[in-house]
Amino acid sequence: MNQIVNITIDGIECMAQKGQYIVDAAKDNGIYIPTLCNYPGVKPRGSCRICTVKVNGRLMTACTTPVSENMEIINEDPELADLRKAIIELFFIEGNHFCPACEKSGNCELQALAYRYKIMVPRFPYAFPQRELDASNPKLVKDQNRCILCKRCIRGIHDEKGRTIFAYRRRGTHVEIGVDPKIGKDLSDDLAQKSMDICPVGALLVREKGFDVPIGERKYDKQSIGSDIEEKR
Amino acid sequence: MGKPVVATTSLAGCFGCHMSLLDIDERILELIDLVEFNKSPINDIKKFTKKCDIGLIEGGCCNSENVHVLKDFREQCKILISVGECAIMGGLPAMRNGIPIKECLEEAYINGPTVLNNTEKIIPNDPEIPIMLNKVYPCHEIVKMDYHLPGCPPRADLIWEALVALITGNEMKLPYEVVKFD
Repeated sequence: MNQIVNITIDGIECMAQKGQYIVDAAKDNGIYIPTLCNYPGVKPRGSCRICTVKVNGRLMTACTTPVSENMEIINEDPELADLRKAIIELFFIEGNHFCPACEKSGNCELQALAYRYKIMVPRFPYAFPQRELDASNPKLVKDQNRCILCKRCIRGIHDEKGRTIFAYRRRGTHVEIGVDPKIGKDLSDDLAQKSMDICPVGALLVREKGFDVPIGERKYDKQSIGSDIEEKR
Repeated sequence: MGKPVVATTSLAGCFGCHMSLLDIDERILELIDLVEFNKSPINDIKKFTKKCDIGLIEGGCCNSENVHVLKDFREQCKILISVGECAIMGGLPAMRNGIPIKECLEEAYINGPTVLNNTEKIIPNDPEIPIMLNKVYPCHEIVKMDYHLPGCPPRADLIWEALVALITGNEMKLPYEVVKFD
């Protein structure tokens, strides 16, 4: 039987299952902790740090830290809000995120987080790196300009034999996601769509498709990211 | 005290943000009651005739003329506002930022599929023509910008709310629907 532990998030008393990650425990209690590299059903990685919370006064990633009895978690305070904003701004300046020209605009999690935190302009100078667009795959376009290297596609997409289709290649600041040319060649339409859906930004796109939902009806046009979780409170 | 004076300009932009300003519809009559326009494409005043309170900047800086106009606005206006994605981050013109300027010009004037009859392979270089910058710069990387209104274009309601808040000194309303990057 699952053991129940008592925790508090921003002073609110919550119950969670022992061993559950903080982010999932918060979700079950109707509290939204922002995530980006985390994806339901995929092993957490804790790389983007956007879910950083204060656990008994220490900064921890909520997607990789399991709950324990009497844990005191702070999710919303000015310091965390500024930290999260800084991370989002860094993503925007580090790549080439031209929202007006992006097929994923309105359905993009990075953009939605910027909306939620009301970011008007990043505090850092734009890097404008030179990145390639890889259109060699017959089903998918990989736009390195928009990739935030969250590894969600590497961790979450496997073919019917369990093989991964995506992988990191090159090193350091040149690191990018590559599509396996052999396995990727026979990618099913279903898996291509799944790859596009698992990508939080517009870095993986199904070919010959885009802009099919009008402005005003897209996922984050009217409702902020996380509002579906907060509604359950 | 007279009405606050507003000036506007479009640098490396498409005039979409100015169109969005006009999208405030009948509130334009209220706006004329609230402010006086100086240098702006809306009234076609080409040169500053007095110091202004608010300057609205559309577009980023892609050439020497954009930089000149922007610096002039900074001198003449008390408050400068970046209006739209191009002013904030360079926007679509900044998509050339990853390509060397030489390649861009050669593609436009020599090698491009629409180039006809440029047998002498001339890239326009008359001293009268503003010099292209190595890349497109956001306005706040050239001069100090006081406020930023994102959007492509910023929603008319966002521009309206920002102007009214500035003029009346009230806090700006920012409903979720009005702050968008596209």
